[in-house]
Amino acid sequence: MKTINLFPLVGEFAENKDIARDIRLNQIIPILSKGEQIILNFSGVNSATQSFIHALISDLIRTYDTNLFDILLFKDCSTTVQEIINIVVDYMLERD
Amino acid sequence: MKLHIPNSAFIGNIDPFLRGINFSNPNELILTANENWISVHPIVLSLIAALGLPIEPAHIHCEKLTAKSAHYLERMGLFKFLGIDSGMNISEHESAGRFVPLTQIKNSDELSAFITEMIPLLHLEPIQTNSIRYVISELVRNVLEHAQSKNGAIVSAQYHTRSNMIRIGIADTGLGIKKTISRSHIVHTDLEAIRLALIPGITGTTSKEGGTEFNAGAGLFFTKSIATVNHDYFMIYSGTAMYKLLKSRIKKLNADPFNDRHSSAENYPYFQGTAVGIDISLNETQEFANLLSLIRTTYSQTVRDRKKARYKKRPQFI
Repeated sequence: MKTINLFPLVGEFAENKDIARDIRLNQIIPILSKGEQIILNFSGVNSATQSFIHALISDLIRTYDTNLFDILLFKDCSTTVQEIINIVVDYMLERD
Repeated sequence: MKLHIPNSAFIGNIDPFLRGINFSNPNELILTANENWISVHPIVLSLIAALGLPIEPAHIHCEKLTAKSAHYLERMGLFKFLGIDSGMNISEHESAGRFVPLTQIKNSDELSAFITEMIPLLHLEPIQTNSIRYVISELVRNVLEHAQSKNGAIVSAQYHTRSNMIRIGIADTGLGIKKTISRSHIVHTDLEAIRLALIPGITGTTSKEGGTEFNAGAGLFFTKSIATVNHDYFMIYSGTAMYKLLKSRIKKLNADPFNDRHSSAENYPYFQGTAVGIDISLNETQEFANLLSLIRTTYSQTVRDRKKARYKKRPQFI
């Protein structure tokens, strides 16, 4: 199981979508492709934008559907970050 | 181009200011102002700065401003931005706790740096800054990703101590909302485009539900929702249309902006670009997580409703 610590990459307010996409493409996808589990550690990240979380995980939901949540875990999320992740998950699962 | 800065132009009473803009001769800017008093929302300054930025300073003519309160324009950096001398001699106040002067943001890294540097300037509690930085991030990223504006986004903000309110204005001279939304949706008017842009899940980058891997089409809906829940003003001006969310005691979020208490019209002078203004009352600021919970409910319902509506559409055999 691999852990990706987000705070050093995005700071306490996660809003830079370019960084979110980089994390997804260069860190998350290569690990998931090997069949390994990932922990996204949000410790220190107080808040995020919906755009950031969308750029980070929406494409993974398209690919893995709800199976994603067996292999991608969210650690130490603030209430705000949890709400935003839930919003993105909800509309991605509702879409088709 | 001719612009007259009135004695008062906030979101509630901005209509005459916008209607008075003369966009003819875009290579020249003639700026006049009320002689006695000037008190305007940052969206007015952001709009003037965005319009004036591409113009050679030699072609910008500003009459001598006599209103004592015109110093506000100097402090917000308007004349520096336009490259002209205001003729005013003022001792510039430390901006901490009062305002964020006009700032040009041209890329993602500049935006991240701006948000980091701006928040301490406002000297507010963290609970109060959540909405502010959220709104600025989403609105400026919209400009950077969709507007194709050569000069990026022009941002300014002011904190009003007496009303305990922050007012934010963001403007660009890019494609405008109609052109960006038209890439993936059929729209006939600027107002129709603004309406679609405010509905969650609709983006100019795709017609697919859920957006692309990079765009969901929810930034403006979130921003409007922040204003709705806090009972504040919010407005968008693009092309010939202006949509204004009016103050209301109702907290219910609507996916369709036309179901909110609002005013709108599409007979304004044609503005090639987009200007967005929002007031955020810090007295009314909700716990951000509560707001997100409301958004979640509305957003999911909207996607479900749109899915149902899509399946109702069938081929028309004529």
